[in-house]
Amino acid sequence: MSRVLPYPLLTASLILMWLLLNSFSLGHLILGTIFAYGASWAMAALQPAKPRIRRWDLIPVLFFRVFGDIFRSNIAVAGIILRGKSRKRTPGFVVIPLDLRDRTALAVLACVLTATPGTAWIEYHAENGQLMIHVLDLVDEAVWIDTIRNRYARLLMEIFE
Amino acid sequence: MSSTILLWSLTLSQWMLVAAMSCATFRVLRGPRAQDRVLGLDALYVGAMLLVLTFGIRNGSTIYFEAALVIALLAFVSTAALAKFLMRGEVIE
Amino acid sequence: MTGLDDFPLWAAILVSLLLLVGSGLTLLGTIGLVRFQSFYERVHAPTLGTTCGAGGILIASMLYFSVLQSRIALHEVLITLFVTVTTPVTLMLLARAAIYRDRTEGKVDMPQALSGKAPSRVETTSPDDAPAAKG
Repeated sequence: MSRVLPYPLLTASLILMWLLLNSFSLGHLILGTIFAYGASWAMAALQPAKPRIRRWDLIPVLFFRVFGDIFRSNIAVAGIILRGKSRKRTPGFVVIPLDLRDRTALAVLACVLTATPGTAWIEYHAENGQLMIHVLDLVDEAVWIDTIRNRYARLLMEIFE
Repeated sequence: MSSTILLWSLTLSQWMLVAAMSCATFRVLRGPRAQDRVLGLDALYVGAMLLVLTFGIRNGSTIYFEAALVIALLAFVSTAALAKFLMRGEVIE
Repeated sequence: MTGLDDFPLWAAILVSLLLLVGSGLTLLGTIGLVRFQSFYERVHAPTLGTTCGAGGILIASMLYFSVLQSRIALHEVLITLFVTVTTPVTLMLLARAAIYRDRTEGKVDMPQALSGKAPSRVETTSPDDAPAAKG
């Protein structure tokens, strides 16, 4: 399988993208397949570290959890902006110790944290596994550490490690 | 009836997007530091992309979609390059 | 835009609501960009426009063209995916560039690098509009 088709998921999503950009027809399907096959071989030539996903069934859980959190924090941040200076708010940095070591999982965590309004990934120290994030409305530091560690890091660990 | 609703909401949302782009432009012009300007530029790109999409809905044409895709691509590349530039002061190391 | 009177009313109302919510959230995000005092607070502001703001307008566009052409238009999924994947990357790069610049200039209220013992919490209440910080 991996000899003939090095990145099946990448190839499939590239074909899908080609068909979305053009209209669906047999000619476009064949052309898109040729392009996607070539692109997946080009990707294999770059030799990136191949991520290993252990639990496919947990990906929808992660997706819906992220979706809901983004929706809720959109409302929260919109409220903060609308209220303006009438309420005292303390933005601040939080340092979180992480047990997560997988590079792909860390990349996913970084994207999720930064895409969610209200939290932003600042930096990660690979040697001692400490992550620094910036929080817009920092009420309780322990709550944030607990949220990131238990709500996201544990799920990502189950998926990738 | 439905065309009236659509037309009014399109006009209103286009004005809101123009206001959003003005706010982003204010941040680009005002600064105070270079990273604030780049952040404003990124927000400006997003506003422009969404404005092009609403023009697509207004004219009922899917041609605008390609323009929006190109703007989104340019936003990513330019902001990433500028952030890299701010990191060390040079784009190519 | 004329000749749309056979466009179903429910779809028109739904498209209008999504458009207004999307552009309203984008506007709120950029208002936050103007209002917030320090750079690290401003980093949070554009994410409003790139998550729910862009999502609302893109879903409105998808819905509009799907109803108009009576077939499912899925182009906009590509932009949604692209925006949601790339915005965190650029914001992260920008935040790291900002913290690098602030550290090399020796700002006092910046947290130290994450090696050894790091301070657990540093408040950023002072605005960086100070005259000494022209960059």
